[in-house]
Amino acid sequence: MSRVGVVGIGHGRFGRRSDATVQELAFEAFRDAMEDSGLDRKNLDASVIAAVPEYHKQRSIAGVVQEYLNLNPLPTWLTEVACASGSAAIRTAWMAIQSGLHDVVAVVGCQKMTELETADILALMGRVGEVQWESVFGTTFPGYYALFATRHMHDFGTSHDHLLQVAVKNHHYGAQNPNALFQKEITIEKARASDPVASPFCVYDCCANADGAACVILAKEDKAREIAGDRVVWLDGVGCASASMSVLRRPDLTGLPSASEAAAQAYAQAGVGPDEIKVAEVHDCFTIAELMAYEDLGFCEKGQGGLYIEERRPYVGGGGVAVNVDGGLKAKGHPIGATGVSMAYEICRQLRGDCGERQVPGADIGLTHNVGGIGQYCFVHVFKNR
Amino acid sequence: MFGWFGRVSFVPFSKVQDFAVHLRNGHLMGTKCRACGFQTFPPRADCPECLSGDYEFVEYSGKGTVWTHTRIEAAPTGFESEVPYTCVVVELEEGGRLLAWSGDTLPDDEVEIDMEVQVVPQIFEDTPDIRVHYTVEKRGTTWHKAPGT
Repeated sequence: MSRVGVVGIGHGRFGRRSDATVQELAFEAFRDAMEDSGLDRKNLDASVIAAVPEYHKQRSIAGVVQEYLNLNPLPTWLTEVACASGSAAIRTAWMAIQSGLHDVVAVVGCQKMTELETADILALMGRVGEVQWESVFGTTFPGYYALFATRHMHDFGTSHDHLLQVAVKNHHYGAQNPNALFQKEITIEKARASDPVASPFCVYDCCANADGAACVILAKEDKAREIAGDRVVWLDGVGCASASMSVLRRPDLTGLPSASEAAAQAYAQAGVGPDEIKVAEVHDCFTIAELMAYEDLGFCEKGQGGLYIEERRPYVGGGGVAVNVDGGLKAKGHPIGATGVSMAYEICRQLRGDCGERQVPGADIGLTHNVGGIGQYCFVHVFKNR
Repeated sequence: MFGWFGRVSFVPFSKVQDFAVHLRNGHLMGTKCRACGFQTFPPRADCPECLSGDYEFVEYSGKGTVWTHTRIEAAPTGFESEVPYTCVVVELEEGGRLLAWSGDTLPDDEVEIDMEVQVVPQIFEDTPDIRVHYTVEKRGTTWHKAPGT
């Protein structure tokens, strides 16, 4: 099978963007990616838009984005799998290219979330759980991940400080990322003192809702070499799996079965193992989610996630896989449709060696781990720079 | 009738809507496939194993153990007046699991993983229309609110 390469990447500023509409946010990332690739719009064959529709007043978001990017009459469609929508868009672009239907496809992840009140967002996100038997009890998105955290702490002796160490790390790197919502370091004392949300979580265990967009342009192998030469980053493993909507029907609550399955697929397809991954972007919507990702992706043994962060192994130069060294969802912010594309953007920058202070030395293989909901969907993508 | 289930309901209709009627009468029901015998909680009308749509309700004892829990402090829309509340996931003795609030006999800070508990049907007393749910209580707690009392 021929390969699919990333030939252009773009990113807008994540944050409370009361200055822009969703299509204007999309444009920032698209322009950045077009300039990065050196392509003209006439070189594109299609676009895939990632967004979660219910947060927008505008219905059918692909249409308004496609028009604003001046990409009519090219084909376009929307992908939606909650917070993993961005990676789903990348996967469908990969499929469109591998099928031979299209040669060059732009993937735009975009989301405007702050038009809604926080309580309404909590209510919407709580209904990413199963509404017939669970949401009637006022479940929330942090509440769901808190159910995992309680169980992980019970089974493996993971402490709340372990969880907050994830937040401290991600804010440390967010402080070095000009696109991040929070560009300030935090101390563990400050994190501990934040307001309770859903035990054991307090505010600093949770990522923040944000507005923003990111874009990657994918091309089939020969075109990719032609367009980007040595700067192509290859998308060699596209793993994807699902798990029950209901938390009640999961085999256990110390990991995401969709993540371990998606990882196994992606590693096998790319012909690599977890020990070869130098840098990873994982879905740290809540601190426990990053800790479980270390385990589900095989960066450490099951139950050792707490120790992994305690030993600072996911820091640059920490001796493990450098994880979320752009700030992650925690510090960068989580515009849910954009997040998966933002992860791919960051891994490509790392594999190109363009990350400056937070560059992971010798980064040649990286991955993204993008989770939808509470693991109902998970996409693991493996990237290589040669 | 399924709209009876929960203080805030998102699901007015379901093939297993009699679940709410049974609950109002003090009975916690799961379902069993009449074709292959597959039994489950929460109830479902359509068998995930053999695909049969022929099912019956079976009564559950409500006895179980705590699987996990969280105390919610930041409420979603519609639950502002309820916070804080503790969501408890119970593994039921007959198989399957449910999620519910800890009730009056089980203070939030006493909820622990693996503790033995009793799920008890409940009727909201402060709503004009019929609203039912269930709570997680200490073992030995019984249902005592007959309809209309």
